[in-house]
Amino acid sequence: MWEYYLKQLIESLPLFLRGLGMTAAVSGIGILAGTIIGFVAGIIRAGGNKLISFLIGAWVDLIRGTPFLVQLFIIFFILPEMGLHLDAFPAAVLALTNLSACFICEIVAGGILAVPTGQKEAATASGLSCFQQLRQVIIPQAMSTILPPLVGQYVLLIKDSSVVSVIGVIDVTRAGWLTVQRVPEGLMVFGLVGILYFSICYPLIRLSNILESRLNLGG
Amino acid sequence: MLQAFNFRIILEYLPLYLQCFTVTLWLSAISLLGALMIGTVTSIMRMSNSRLAARIAGIYIESIRSTPLLAQLYFLYFGMPSLGICLSEEVTGILALTLNSGAYMAEIIRAGIKSIPSGYIEAGIASGLNYIQRMRFIILPQAIGVTIPVILGQAIVLVKDSSLLSLISIMELTRAGQILTSERFMPAEGFLTTAVFYLFIYYILKGLSGWSQKRLIFRENR
Repeated sequence: MWEYYLKQLIESLPLFLRGLGMTAAVSGIGILAGTIIGFVAGIIRAGGNKLISFLIGAWVDLIRGTPFLVQLFIIFFILPEMGLHLDAFPAAVLALTNLSACFICEIVAGGILAVPTGQKEAATASGLSCFQQLRQVIIPQAMSTILPPLVGQYVLLIKDSSVVSVIGVIDVTRAGWLTVQRVPEGLMVFGLVGILYFSICYPLIRLSNILESRLNLGG
Repeated sequence: MLQAFNFRIILEYLPLYLQCFTVTLWLSAISLLGALMIGTVTSIMRMSNSRLAARIAGIYIESIRSTPLLAQLYFLYFGMPSLGICLSEEVTGILALTLNSGAYMAEIIRAGIKSIPSGYIEAGIASGLNYIQRMRFIILPQAIGVTIPVILGQAIVLVKDSSLLSLISIMELTRAGQILTSERFMPAEGFLTTAVFYLFIYYILKGLSGWSQKRLIFRENR
């Protein structure tokens, strides 16, 4: 019986590989867009305008205070009521982009605020424009504080992307869920799902640890 | 949409929400306690001199941290029966949450233990305390004290993660939103109410975390 299930599992391997592609697509696009938005929002938040900082802070609290599953349901089920119809894939990408932007914004703002104010004052005194200050003085120094938690956050986001399987995006988790309906060997099926995620996330966790020890020594 | 927002429906479903809210609370509380226990034991194993114990703890932590909770939940939910172990949904859910959060707790507590100056441990050895006594009276109380803000942060994550238990049909907050949505076709009312309840828990835990952090800084400066 066991061998029979194993054979069936091997037969459904293409489904898992397609699922892996979908996981890569959702988390890749979501994280890329989230990184860009998060950096912009983080820089603005560290900028010091009270009202804008407050608004960004409120958005961060809303996103950090609610489960990703609920956010996904809100985007997937409520936006159509407001006249914006989204398929499962764009809804998933939108939800993950929003989530990554929120967390990355916090990391970036924290990194920028950790740069000593003397650096900014010196840059101002040297006559650098606001953009030049950011690009040539602040961001390069902030990067050493930003990078390790950023990579760690990427791992969390890739794992969070498994939740989008709930609205019917066929990612690795959904592939496992579909397979387990035919092959009732949950340990085997979700063991495979786990191995696939592990093969993506573990190297990234190691990278984050290496970055942390390297950059701490450097700073 | 907002002008059509139906507060009467929410009032009608409020008892369901409150009931589900308490379920979320106790599921999270039990899992948090379990995670703290597993985390403490695992972090001690990870730092012990025994290679084997350190290795086992390492494999546990890394494999949990590298896979999503949803996959772990399904692994237990669909996998346990094929081992011949039949657990109720609640027990499966608590088990998944506990094992998941335990790995993160282990890392948090390990960082706390590492932050204790070695002078304390040496003083403990000099006072004639054995390993267990040193852990129990000197190291763990301080390690857990220092990490309380971070542990509360992890508790926020745990409460949010408990929303995934709705997928194995446990009646908790997210499930209440799903029920309202499917019975009355009102996703806005259903899920926004759910979100408000989660935000309530979030702000309380966030406040506690900030408060404990202030207390810690105050104690260190004294």
